[in-house]
Amino acid sequence: MSVLIFSIHWQVMVVLLPLAGAIACFLWPRRGVMLALVCALGTTLSVAGLSWLVVVEGAQRYTVGGWGAPLGIDLYVDGLSLLMLIVTSVVGVAISVYANGYFERSRARAFWPLWLFLWGALNALFLSADIFNLYITLELLGLAAVTLVALAKGAQPLSSAMRYLLVTLLGSLLFLLGVALLYHSSGSVDIAILAERLSASPVVWIALGLMVVGLLLKTALFPLHFWLPQAHASAPAPVSALLSALVVKASFYILIRLWLEIFPPNNFVLGQLLGLLGAAALLWGNLQALRQTRLKMLIAYSTVAQLGYLFLAFPLANIIGWTGALYMLLSHAIAKAAMFMAAGNILRFGGHDSIADLDRIVQRLPLTVTTFALAGVSIMGLPPSGGFVAKWLLLEAAIRSAQWWWGVVLVLGGLLSAVWIFKVVGYAFTPSPVPHEVRAVPASMEWSALALALTAIALGLFSSWPLALMMVGLPFGEGGGS
Amino acid sequence: MSWNSALPLLVLASSLFPGGVIFFLSEERVVTRTVLNLAGATLKLLLVGVMIWGVFHGEPYESRLPLLPGLDLVLRADALSLLFVTLSAVLWLATTVYAIGYLEGSPNRSRFFGFFSLCVTATIGVALSGNLLTFLLFYELLTLTTYPLIVHRETEVARRAGRIYLTYTLAGGALLMVGTLWLYTLSGTLAFTAQGFLSTLASSEQSTLIMIFVLLMMGLGVKAALIPLHGWLPQAMVAPAPVSALLHAVAVVKAGAFGIIRVVYDVYGIQFAATLGVTLPLAVVAAVTIIYGSLRALFQDDLKRRLAFSTVSQVAYIILGVAIVGPIAAIGGLVHLVHQGVMKITLFFCAGNIAETLGIHKISDMNGVGQRLPWTMAAFTIAALGMIGLPPLAGFISKWYLGLGALEAGQGWVVIVLACSSLLNAAYFLPILYAAWFKPPPERWPAERSFGRQETAWPLLAPPLVTALLTVVIGLLASAPFSPLQWVHFITTSEYLP
Repeated sequence: MSVLIFSIHWQVMVVLLPLAGAIACFLWPRRGVMLALVCALGTTLSVAGLSWLVVVEGAQRYTVGGWGAPLGIDLYVDGLSLLMLIVTSVVGVAISVYANGYFERSRARAFWPLWLFLWGALNALFLSADIFNLYITLELLGLAAVTLVALAKGAQPLSSAMRYLLVTLLGSLLFLLGVALLYHSSGSVDIAILAERLSASPVVWIALGLMVVGLLLKTALFPLHFWLPQAHASAPAPVSALLSALVVKASFYILIRLWLEIFPPNNFVLGQLLGLLGAAALLWGNLQALRQTRLKMLIAYSTVAQLGYLFLAFPLANIIGWTGALYMLLSHAIAKAAMFMAAGNILRFGGHDSIADLDRIVQRLPLTVTTFALAGVSIMGLPPSGGFVAKWLLLEAAIRSAQWWWGVVLVLGGLLSAVWIFKVVGYAFTPSPVPHEVRAVPASMEWSALALALTAIALGLFSSWPLALMMVGLPFGEGGGS
Repeated sequence: MSWNSALPLLVLASSLFPGGVIFFLSEERVVTRTVLNLAGATLKLLLVGVMIWGVFHGEPYESRLPLLPGLDLVLRADALSLLFVTLSAVLWLATTVYAIGYLEGSPNRSRFFGFFSLCVTATIGVALSGNLLTFLLFYELLTLTTYPLIVHRETEVARRAGRIYLTYTLAGGALLMVGTLWLYTLSGTLAFTAQGFLSTLASSEQSTLIMIFVLLMMGLGVKAALIPLHGWLPQAMVAPAPVSALLHAVAVVKAGAFGIIRVVYDVYGIQFAATLGVTLPLAVVAAVTIIYGSLRALFQDDLKRRLAFSTVSQVAYIILGVAIVGPIAAIGGLVHLVHQGVMKITLFFCAGNIAETLGIHKISDMNGVGQRLPWTMAAFTIAALGMIGLPPLAGFISKWYLGLGALEAGQGWVVIVLACSSLLNAAYFLPILYAAWFKPPPERWPAERSFGRQETAWPLLAPPLVTALLTVVIGLLASAPFSPLQWVHFITTSEYLP
């Protein structure tokens, strides 16, 4: 058994399996569902195998084809990238089950290849050891995501998709410019080599500045979030879920990776600036969420807000802060996917997602409203949930580094999100006199969403394992927890 | 896992499991639901009985689960937690019986009993918490599980009350979290320890510790309904009677009061809190709350609202007893945790009966109710007299120890507060009793339901009678072994005798 686990190149498997699946689904669309589900399962098993390998043997560097840096492609996996791979798998499996019930035959033909392609791009991104490959995978990811948004019917999604396309191309372009400048000044694109060679010079700062702006645009950090609500809200429900849960996190992952590895130390001002924008996002996103009249728009604005939490780690800049932000990423990905899937169920059941008329629907979908409420608990950061653990760690980092004002922002953000969550949940306790024509929701759609929401809650009770996993390979540098 | 580490988990599970199952039962399965409810409540009572016996003989009961780096979720049974656990377990059984009768035939009962069980689970969790983090976790869970009970009626008024409740409690919970975390960064531990764990910190941290104390008290004071944080409690009155009963006697307000006890005794330590100078302000806030609550109660015509303001006042007795800093006053305060619960739940059961059977909600309509509902009013009378502090009822014991303790600690002003409060208690309870027993009944009641030869349904009548009887028994037999008073003696020795 263990021989088997150590002899397979899991790093390659987690990239190749979804890509191969995408091609297979494209070639044999009739068998699309079965192929995709098998592929999702296989990818998840590969991630599990890789986890085992990393936990036992530590961070891994793998040279594809034996060429090695600086010529060939290197894959690098440590606790940070492994965590991203695991989140992607957990959310990915749930989305696959959900999408199976969601899409009718014609759209399913397009969905499965694109989704598996996106999954492969994500996994490749998390494993990339050089900034050029990061650029390639980021571009592939963006293109797949835009096409998925355009799967929704109607003119409005199409225009959102167009805007999303322009934004994602612009973001990648800025990133590519930065990559070119860095390559020019240091002669390498490998992150580990860059970390040794880069020194604070104007060119390096310009390059890093371009990359940061590009990534912020893709991560939709306030005030660059303008494209996100429309794109995420108008996409089909499973796509909304994977965009909010995974796609925006990919560019954040790159940012955090670059910040930890190749940014010159003592970038205090930039850290404070990112934190400030994060705080603004947190408050602005939640306030906008409150003003929305449509459920999916509300959830999309909440993504804008929750992304703000992640950026609070930059000014705090200690291990507790980083683990807190990553735990937030993890629990938000899972909870937000569950929430979008619940919104999809509501939309399917009642034919609309107007918040003012939710009373007619949610009383008759107890499982879905439970999903929404449980995911909401995590998003508000109430115990026991992953969101609580994340907030606790971020708050602890704020107090320990004597920057209490970030703590105030954290608490306020949680309370503001409670307002809109209970506004929606309150409709479960509103009797509606008007009967409503309904469409049945497949059980797989309700249960897959609920399973994710329960996972977000479980993350609050079993946090020691993911927290230990993050630390493999010391992605946040040396130093004790306190 | 040994029996001793499994028992606290089992006590939690005895209401968590039935609650989880009940959610999935259809409305019509009354028998299954009732059996599950009652079996869970009875089993919990048995398990708690075993724990009382064990703790008295020095058995440790503790379950642990790693929750955060360096912090565990700890469930531990000590003497203080058992005081609260026993109260919750006994009154849960009574309230379950009552609720079964009260909600008969109404919609959404599976949802109600599901959340009802979860609410009790959270309360038991609060009681069994072995550190401040675990306490915080269950404290917030309690907020979440009571919200559906408050809005259960699904009326606009109920939803408004629910919103107000959430606004207060979520804000309070956030303050509690900040205080807890701040404390943790200073001390590196949160485990409840007899006589506290903060007195060893450097004296330069004193002003920070005072600030944290204020944060914690604000967070806990919301649920304990200390003024000016009490605003949600009178609003929450729109909830069904069993919920009000549970909220006022066991679950929410008591969780707040219990938290204050824990923080003062087992986090700061009473002596250290006194040297920090935080106990006197706390005592003053409690005293003001006592008088203010009674004064407001005096002017309410709605029976449940009057009882609600009475709760505001009575729960502050517990906090006053803690803040006086003296072993005898502490006994008075702690024992009032139990006494107030038993008396107040009786009053709310009776108010529910009067509303359900006769359709009366206002005190001005209560003329002659005693003739139509003699047993209900008898129970009400006993509990009301107990609240006033008439010997030998339960409330007298509390007030006696509080007064004596205040004198012993050299805080004579407290006696004046107690005297005023007793007068006010009499002023708002006696007119009700007078009207109910001695004024002539009206021609016909607003909305009367007939129950044959009985005055009202059995499940509605039995619980208040039992709890009224308890009010008498725990007052009369206060010095019998295992009475609340004796158990509280047992608790205070660990806090005051090194």
